[in-house]
Amino acid sequence: MAQVVPAERDLRRVIGDGDAVPDGEVEGLTEHDLLELHRSLVLLRTYDERSVVYHRQGRIGTYAIFWNHEAMQAGSVYALEDEDWIFPSYRESAIGLLRGMPARTILQWWRGHPSGWWNPADYNVASICVPIATHVPHAAGLAWGKKLRGETAVAIAYFGDGATSEGSFHEGANFAAVTGAPVVLFCNNNQWAISTPLSAQTRADALVDKAVGYGIPGIRVDGGDVLAVYEATREAVARARTGGGPTLIEAVTYRAAPHATADDPSAYIDPERVEEERKNECVGRYERYLRRLGVLDEAAAEQVRAEAAELMRTGIAEAEAEPPADVALVFEHAHVDPLPAFEDDLRELRGG
Amino acid sequence: MREDSDVFLMGEDIAEMGGSMGVTQGLLDEFGPERVRNTPISEAGIVGAGIGAAMQGMRPVVEIMYEDFLTLSAEQIVNQAAKHRYMSGGQLKVPLTIRTQGGAGWSPGAQHAQQLEAWFVHIPGLKVVFPSTPTDVRGLLWTAIHDDNPVLVFEHRLLYPVKEEVPDELEPIPFGQARTVREGEDVTVIATGPMVHRSVEAAVEAEKNGVSVEIVDPRSLQPLDEEALVASVKKTNRCVVTHEAVTRMGFGAEVASVIQYQAFDWLDAPIERVGAKFAPLAFAPVMEQFIVPNSEDVLAAIYRTVGRDGN
Repeated sequence: MAQVVPAERDLRRVIGDGDAVPDGEVEGLTEHDLLELHRSLVLLRTYDERSVVYHRQGRIGTYAIFWNHEAMQAGSVYALEDEDWIFPSYRESAIGLLRGMPARTILQWWRGHPSGWWNPADYNVASICVPIATHVPHAAGLAWGKKLRGETAVAIAYFGDGATSEGSFHEGANFAAVTGAPVVLFCNNNQWAISTPLSAQTRADALVDKAVGYGIPGIRVDGGDVLAVYEATREAVARARTGGGPTLIEAVTYRAAPHATADDPSAYIDPERVEEERKNECVGRYERYLRRLGVLDEAAAEQVRAEAAELMRTGIAEAEAEPPADVALVFEHAHVDPLPAFEDDLRELRGG
Repeated sequence: MREDSDVFLMGEDIAEMGGSMGVTQGLLDEFGPERVRNTPISEAGIVGAGIGAAMQGMRPVVEIMYEDFLTLSAEQIVNQAAKHRYMSGGQLKVPLTIRTQGGAGWSPGAQHAQQLEAWFVHIPGLKVVFPSTPTDVRGLLWTAIHDDNPVLVFEHRLLYPVKEEVPDELEPIPFGQARTVREGEDVTVIATGPMVHRSVEAAVEAEKNGVSVEIVDPRSLQPLDEEALVASVKKTNRCVVTHEAVTRMGFGAEVASVIQYQAFDWLDAPIERVGAKFAPLAFAPVMEQFIVPNSEDVLAAIYRTVGRDGN
């Protein structure tokens, strides 16, 4: 059974453990900001847990679980402006929630309903590329384009530890570096690529070391610490926006849930390690921090959870209420101007 | 693998997990991690390293988890594996087997279910097989591993549960030999992969209506057993070609061309083609069902060739 112990090297942290490790703070964050981050975390957590149930009810197909990845998503998005572009992998399928995308839309995406095809330009959230790392060059190109047009927006691309083995990651990172593209390369290192542990993915001491090869700065951060993630991303975004080019962020966490609903990790993962990681999951960790600060009490936390649950209930009800898709969209959406080749099939569909 | 220590496996999640579809389950225990190698997520790297190992005499069997990800290794397959023998003046061999799986019918969406075999049959230097039964998988995979050329083996996701008695002794199946799945008199259906099974369903239905259907599975697409296909059509005088891949510009067009050229005077009806609609595969089940060909589509094509409407 392969096991990986997260190397502590250069790991930035803000949240303490309530014991020997003292709590820190992030300069410039107000109490309002701290609570907004909490709201984001709870929203993502609620979406994820409800989606797994929704899958088990047979209402959606295979679903990529992101439990214990919420701090990386919430912390990094909070460091962005609305004009900045997000390139998610399937692990960040619900990140649009943090940009005001309705839960209905994302649920419909997972249900395969065309109303789940959001317009990326409406939210500055790109469509999800399922093959690994293929979106890294897209983010680099978009960011470079923004720079050429004299715009101030930056891009952030999310990918996992396994993605760093792909050619597209290398080409995207290198392209961003040589063009000075304003992009943040955000690696959520959860130490597992389905059944393949990080130790079988790379011999690098830390993934952040790859930044050296591209000649760009790298930051290594505790991926379960929403404040450390926020601060690291804020630094990378500021650098990108002021002409300093890309940054590679390695956020270290642990995949404490299956890769997806179709996965049974018992064949390859150490259940005790997973149990250990689950005890320190990122949402509870942040709530304990806020309580130590005296910023959050249980009643307030409960209200945030209730609001998120309500948002999901509404989303599910709206998704279920939508009429089935018009099958003709498979042709209408494939090309800007439908090809003559479609005509026979359309006629068949219309019963002509 | 028991007989030849040069044979080894490489791919994503093929070891402890036994592959995303469970195809390599149990092999790690028997052959160990040196011969059942989990790789980083690097499709180009997997095929490229397979080529390198094959060049110096190994017989690697590499797995590309989804057929759609062949695109990530296309450079290695099309420009490298297929060309090395040619560009070394016939001196180098690349005995590499590339296994992959794909196919729709379980709503995996536009990037997880394509049927791309037509891309690769078009490349000189490659061989391509597409088995539809357990016996054919075993016999063709054996031949692929022992072949001195790069061979692509396409598997279909929905065919993994197919069960049948297989002979105790492994019988290698030579490439370029079609299999007559079912004999008939009125029309020949040339079918690959899952369409073989869907065509059998259609044939049973047609028979109730007095139409006798012969089904031929080419099994190996490159090389193609033109002789067997043509002989069958000369017997029945009608032909339906079907695959799950997109119809237009597809492998079936090549088959139809072979038939019309070699059996033109025997044909009593235009050759029918049945395949997927020219559309990206949909995630929505209702759309996917519309795009992907089923047994009713084959049945309708059979009836068209005999000039009936099925009533």
